[in-house]
Amino acid sequence: MTAELCDAGAWELGAKLDIGEITAAEVIESCLARVEEVEERVRAFLTLTPEVARERAAELDVHRASGAPRSPVAGIPLALKDVLATKGIRTTCGSQILEEYVPPYDATAWARLSGEGGVLVGKTNCDEFAMGSSTENSAFGPVHNPWDLSRVPGGSSGGSAAAVAAGEVVWALGTDTGGSVRQPAALCGVVGMKPTYGLVSRYGLIAFASSLDTVGTFTRGVRDAALLLGAIAGKDPRDATSLDDGPGRDYVGTLEKGVDGMRFGVVQEAFGEGVEPGVRDAVRAAVERISAMGGRVDEVSLPHADYGLSAYYLIAPSEASSNLARYDGVRYGLRVPDASDSIEMMARTRGAGFGAEVKRRVMLGTYALSAGYYEAYYGQAQKVRTLIIRDYERAFADHDVLISPTSPTTAFTIGERADDPMAMYLSDVFTIPANLAGVPAITIPCGLDANRLPVGVQLTGPVLAEATVLRAAHALEADLALALRPPLLAA
Amino acid sequence: MAGWETVIGLECHVELSTRTKMFCGCRNEFGAPPNTNVCPVCLGQPGSLPVPNEEAIRRIVRIGLALDSEIAPHSLFHRKNYFYPDMPKNYQISQYDLPICVGGHLDVQLPSGEVKRVGITRVHMEEDTGKTSHVSASGRIHEAEHALVDYNRAGVPLVECVSEPDLRSPEEAAAYLRELRAILEALDVSDVRMEEGSLRCDANVSVRPAGSTELGTKVEIKNMNSIRSLERALVFERDRQIVALEAGQPLVQETRHWDEDSGSTKSMRSKEEAFDYRYFPEPDIPPIEPARAWVEELRASLPELPRARRERLGETLSAPELELEPAVIAGLLSSDRAETFIDVQRRSPEVGSRLIASFVLNEPEAAELSDVIVEILGFVHGERLSASKGKEVLEEVKGSGRSPVEIIDERDWWQVSDADALGAIADEVIAENPEVVEKFLAGKDAVIGFLVGQVVKKSGGSANPTLARQLLQERLSR
Repeated sequence: MTAELCDAGAWELGAKLDIGEITAAEVIESCLARVEEVEERVRAFLTLTPEVARERAAELDVHRASGAPRSPVAGIPLALKDVLATKGIRTTCGSQILEEYVPPYDATAWARLSGEGGVLVGKTNCDEFAMGSSTENSAFGPVHNPWDLSRVPGGSSGGSAAAVAAGEVVWALGTDTGGSVRQPAALCGVVGMKPTYGLVSRYGLIAFASSLDTVGTFTRGVRDAALLLGAIAGKDPRDATSLDDGPGRDYVGTLEKGVDGMRFGVVQEAFGEGVEPGVRDAVRAAVERISAMGGRVDEVSLPHADYGLSAYYLIAPSEASSNLARYDGVRYGLRVPDASDSIEMMARTRGAGFGAEVKRRVMLGTYALSAGYYEAYYGQAQKVRTLIIRDYERAFADHDVLISPTSPTTAFTIGERADDPMAMYLSDVFTIPANLAGVPAITIPCGLDANRLPVGVQLTGPVLAEATVLRAAHALEADLALALRPPLLAA
Repeated sequence: MAGWETVIGLECHVELSTRTKMFCGCRNEFGAPPNTNVCPVCLGQPGSLPVPNEEAIRRIVRIGLALDSEIAPHSLFHRKNYFYPDMPKNYQISQYDLPICVGGHLDVQLPSGEVKRVGITRVHMEEDTGKTSHVSASGRIHEAEHALVDYNRAGVPLVECVSEPDLRSPEEAAAYLRELRAILEALDVSDVRMEEGSLRCDANVSVRPAGSTELGTKVEIKNMNSIRSLERALVFERDRQIVALEAGQPLVQETRHWDEDSGSTKSMRSKEEAFDYRYFPEPDIPPIEPARAWVEELRASLPELPRARRERLGETLSAPELELEPAVIAGLLSSDRAETFIDVQRRSPEVGSRLIASFVLNEPEAAELSDVIVEILGFVHGERLSASKGKEVLEEVKGSGRSPVEIIDERDWWQVSDADALGAIADEVIAENPEVVEKFLAGKDAVIGFLVGQVVKKSGGSANPTLARQLLQERLSR
């Protein structure tokens, strides 16, 4: 199983599509064959759209034959996390309450890809409403990590991570509220990019925690991340919190500039207790490589990052308790019949439609926002958030990029942490601060641990410094030159 | 009810008449077929996001400026969380501790003529909800089989204007609401139609022993659909509270519903049952930070407000040569009548001001009909038409759109100023009323008015009364 199109990078496929060496139809058939081969074991998808994908690819080939120029995303098979709204294609959020829900509109990120010729293979499984770190909270069963099918792919965007790792698609979109792109990317051995808050429109991203939610990318290489991000970034009149383009959207042009002279800060708090030795060693080794390439490396402290987890678990559930209030059975989604009045109908629908973790967080958030508790919980958490933002500002005063592990552990086994929410929440301890501060961060694979499971290293930059982060990640990726291939495919 | 003081504060909701809704591009119109002006945003479809309507922000800033509010340099939208089927997101985007307009006041002219300054606490921006109708064979809500929700109104921009508890009687509250409505009309920001719900008003009312400075237990009353029903509800509620207190029954802080048919208020929920709205800053909308220069630009472009207009025109109308009674002046100053009066007077300099006032004062559409009024006044002044027939002509013009001349021709209302024809009628009247004639001849001059009336009556109303009097006098003094 070598040199299959579905295992190639989008930039590589693009070059061949450009010169007519391959067709979009061949690319999509390669991906669909891979889906056929592995999906039963991986279970990355909740909905597959092969007919739509084939039709789209055929159109593109006709269009291409007419000599029209090709967008970098045209003809590239992709997957979308099932929290991104797709017009006419059901979008479940991994929840019973939206099991039959078909959106009447497209999320902006998807609309941009679709408009440029992106080929949708399907919608990927995730933790219910993106709440979780293992994809076990999906109402439709867990996703299996292509590196070890008995293990989780991470979460909440576990389906997108696994689909990219297994070659079922070339790239995918996920969402990252506290690490939901970066942690599964790390656990599945792929590249995961969470951009600056607001760089990619949230319109059509079904909200979990609005002030933290971002649309992020899963790719098998940094160059693809730059391409994909460039295609979805930019101001959207439908999202009042979306940012102006800023310094420009060409993330590819500066990729090759290297790290010589760049200033790196190793986050000292991110190597303590709870970090597996295999993770620590691989990340330390990556730091060595950066140093060897001419990067200036020292230690940096984010003193309040330790409080990030607590602040996150007040802010995110608070916003979620409000965001999820609309699932009441009145307008769309599940409705439990035979209630005696509308309030009972709403209560019973929500009781039946939401899973345990969603209920836990809705209750947590409702409590944190209640009269008399607001200041002590939500108010206090917002203050911590401000302190973390200042930590980053201080750190970036004399650093270009911060380095830490992405996740304290590699992939854990399915069921291992299912009954221990605190252990599960700790999975995101290194990813959450970037969400609280709104800064961009990327994870790339930096090696395997003793169990031959991938380890991710996280590079974080200041607001809107995507180009810098991608450039550093690209240099490290090239230097490490890992040829990672999950055992599932090697077999 | 002596010995008690009533304390009232009003919370008014104003639907802005912007072209589109508050947070999406749907049309904002009253009376469209149900659920036709809706989209993913105002239906709260998963993943949709609100984007504030700039025109609505501009309008609320203008309202704030008109009420002398401070326009906050930094203000936030908050989410007000509660479950209700006509609220698509189960939270309302509203404002909480950082409203756009802070403080201010409204000068209200009371029926006594005194001007009272009523404090404005805040003016904030929010979105309206949909409308629920309960469907049942009996028409009773609690027997309803199901409910239908129309989301056309969901997301319509709504301004809430909260007054200080400065009002001291139902009459003052009504005067305040009238003045607020006049300002909103002058600003052209809302239809301000209470019957269509584009202006709604809740009242907080309490009573306390006269002379006390402590506030009594506050009751909120809702569902008043007109200024009259606001006044009625406040009278009822004030009396209910006083009767209870005088009987030694304590009041509970609660929300009560005004029932127009029974003319009474009924308890909806008490303080213990009050919602905890769990307000928190709306993360989907950045802070509203209006530029100082923009605010000043809006301030400079405000139209003349009703009170200033009244003051300016009041002076003109009070000129002694106009000989207008204070009550007539007050009547003319309401809405745009004063301007119409001045306009008509300028165009009919020969006509007496009281006659002009009598036409303008009683005609709600005087401004639109000013040309017609000028024409009719010309006939009346030229004694070709009686004043009372003139008013009938005006009514007919309104109803039919025809010209005054056409109507007067058709009805044969031109005053008869033909001395021969009227003289014959005068002779008849003298012959038919010998007792009255006797009295006149005995020196009771005043009875001639009766005889003039008889002549006018016999002529079918078309006799010129001045000529009739002259002819009668000639005949009787012979």
